Amino acid sequence: MKEYRRTRRRRDYESGERRMKYWRKPLDFDRIKVPRGEVRIIVDRCKGCAFCVEYCPKEVLVMSEEFNRKGYHPPKVVKTGECVNCNLCEMICPDFAIFSVEAGHNHQPARSGAA
Amino acid sequence: MSATIERREVKAEDHPIAPYLRMDRMPHIWCPTCGIGTVVKCYATALGEAGIDLDKAAIVSGIGCTGRVAGYMKLDAFHTTHGRALPFATGLKLGRPELLVTVFSGDGDLVGIGGNHFIHTARRNMDLLVVLVNNFIYGMTGGQNAPTTPMTARSSTMPFGNFERPFNIPHLAASSGASYVARWTCLHFRRLTQSFKEAMQRKGFRLIEVIAPCSTLYARLNKLGTGLDLMRFYHDNAEIRHGADTRELDIDFQGRIVCGKFVDQERPTFSEMMDEHYRQILGDRYRPMPPEGGMIHGQD
Amino acid sequence: MKTDPAGVLTGTHYLDGDYACGEGAMAAGCRFVAGYPITPSTEVVERIARRFPMMGGTFIQMEDELASMAAVVGASWTGTKSMTVTSGPGFSLMMENIGLASMMETPCVVVNVQRAGPSTGIPTMVGQGDMMQARWGSHGDYSVIALCPSSPQEAFDLTIDAFNLSETWRVPVLIMMDECVGHMTEKVVIPSAAEIDVVPRKLTAKPPGQFLPYQSNGNMVSEFARAGDGYRFHATGLTHDERGYPVMTAECQEKCVRRIVDKIRKNADKIVRFEERRIEDADVVLVSYGITSRVARMGIEMARRQGVKVGVLRLVVVWPFPEKRIRELAEKVKAFVVPEINYGQVVLEVERCAAGRAAAVPVAHGGGGVHDPEAICNAILEAAK
Repeated sequence: MKEYRRTRRRRDYESGERRMKYWRKPLDFDRIKVPRGEVRIIVDRCKGCAFCVEYCPKEVLVMSEEFNRKGYHPPKVVKTGECVNCNLCEMICPDFAIFSVEAGHNHQPARSGAA
Repeated sequence: MSATIERREVKAEDHPIAPYLRMDRMPHIWCPTCGIGTVVKCYATALGEAGIDLDKAAIVSGIGCTGRVAGYMKLDAFHTTHGRALPFATGLKLGRPELLVTVFSGDGDLVGIGGNHFIHTARRNMDLLVVLVNNFIYGMTGGQNAPTTPMTARSSTMPFGNFERPFNIPHLAASSGASYVARWTCLHFRRLTQSFKEAMQRKGFRLIEVIAPCSTLYARLNKLGTGLDLMRFYHDNAEIRHGADTRELDIDFQGRIVCGKFVDQERPTFSEMMDEHYRQILGDRYRPMPPEGGMIHGQD
Repeated sequence: MKTDPAGVLTGTHYLDGDYACGEGAMAAGCRFVAGYPITPSTEVVERIARRFPMMGGTFIQMEDELASMAAVVGASWTGTKSMTVTSGPGFSLMMENIGLASMMETPCVVVNVQRAGPSTGIPTMVGQGDMMQARWGSHGDYSVIALCPSSPQEAFDLTIDAFNLSETWRVPVLIMMDECVGHMTEKVVIPSAAEIDVVPRKLTAKPPGQFLPYQSNGNMVSEFARAGDGYRFHATGLTHDERGYPVMTAECQEKCVRRIVDKIRKNADKIVRFEERRIEDADVVLVSYGITSRVARMGIEMARRQGVKVGVLRLVVVWPFPEKRIRELAEKVKAFVVPEINYGQVVLEVERCAAGRAAAVPVAHGGGGVHDPEAICNAILEAAK
């Protein structure tokens, strides 16, 4: 299997608690704060489709070994603290079983929809 | 019980889609890895972001898996007969012009039995937003051949593979006179949400076709894996080509899927043409139906 | 409630049955019509298409009858009184959505100007062969109300009644005209708007959240909420509970469909309407409706002159059928003679209600013309023996 070779050397730029690799330092590196989120999973709604696991850009989720009440394997968070609150899981989940909120939120929905 | 799972007691009402759903009817009936739920989430998100008055939004579905959407959304929702969602929505819109009516139905419902209504409603440029969820098969009834099933694909009524040519839906809509035509897959959920938002701010016959995975039937009967495998397929084989010629948008079995916005041409709607025409011919004698509708209130 | 004057063409007119029906609809407050051309009913929508733009109504010619009926049901959910017009072949197509209207309990009016059938039949000539279809045309159990005018004046009056009945009972109401009445031109008197009473759509006073769309209120009819008023209700053709949500159980079926059927069946006494003449001393009763009732008058005169005591019961409301009255009369008379322009439809109902106590004699005519009064007279004479 051929190994992918990087054509540019990536350097580490640190910002706060995060270390991210860039091929050059972004010009607004010091101003931009990467969002942090928390994943909330409504475990018993999940039907184990694995869309969220497959497409999370930070690969925060894996399918757990546990069963929910319907007999499916729900996802679980394995990279605690890596969620960037992009809401991809929330949008792609066909069962409305997962969403993300801003880190530090206390059980408040991320956005209040029109009633 | 695993200690590595980060789990709190998450209530179903906390999910951002909750205000748009009939929570007393959850969970829904769609299969694991079915894409319809994703389309519903995108639609609900778009409703919120576009600032639509939900009291004036109505949703009409036909029969089929996608037809169940009306039963789950917390809007004035109608679950009508097979194929007749479009004329029902026409009546609803003409009876109370201020309503924002969305027709949410499947490929078999809208271009199979509803084919005649599809072309005529598009021809009239009726002011309706039509969300057509295309899973290439009649799912609810057990996986029969649909007018969109690609050639050689198997289904329960074409057990040796489909030999009928399928419809090219964006081409059908565009050539019938639709003023906004787009196609996305369930995987392109952000662009789909954006498309919904954009269409909600337009008028006329707006069609958004969404290719959705059907794991229990289409994928299983054709040995394509699960819905996740279909999503991976969309990832590798969907091409975004805005403004592509609709004649080139056919979908072959496991062939490329061209997505994007193909038609965005503002044209006068049926109601606008009717009003203008009558004003011109009848002048002051013309009395249009008021936006609140044709209901006559007490006159004693 | 008095009707909106904009739709009332007050005065004395010389109109055909189709035009009179159209005027009746406009006078009743109908403001949405979706139709498809079909002989002999097209004149109704032509009249409406001409007058609607002046009174805030919308007419749309749809692509077929299926779409017409679907559009009528949709428009009715906005609170607008809606109607469609057709004949035999279109009536068959509309059955699916008449079933939807029955299940969703949507008030609407369907006019069937009957012609000779079956199938394409004789498009320009009279028939009365859709009477059973009116009652049983759509699949499953449901109830409808069907009216039968026998003159252009009655076409006007009964159309207003049809709208009132559909609003009161939340059912589709069928006006079973026939081509003769539809194309017959007679004097039609249209009163002033102040003299026309209409039943308004019964909107609920409950706030959203407390309102249940299919909760029976006393006489099995539920209150209405229209789309766009913030009620966010759900209406479906699936068997549903009081919330309007589909429930796939036998108990729900019993509750839901039983109420839809009983709504009319148990209230038949309030809906049934007929006209009787010379019944008191009758040995034979002639039961008729539509154009046949006018032809039958001559037959009755001829029979009376020959000494037969014959009376007439003219059906104005055909469905629900006046079972009680027929059962009463069956005790007293020898026979019922039922001339119809079909090969025996309403006569079957008469026979069922008579239950063997009186004979039910059909006088059939295939269509394409009306009965010869002599044939009716002979049938009466035979029955009197």
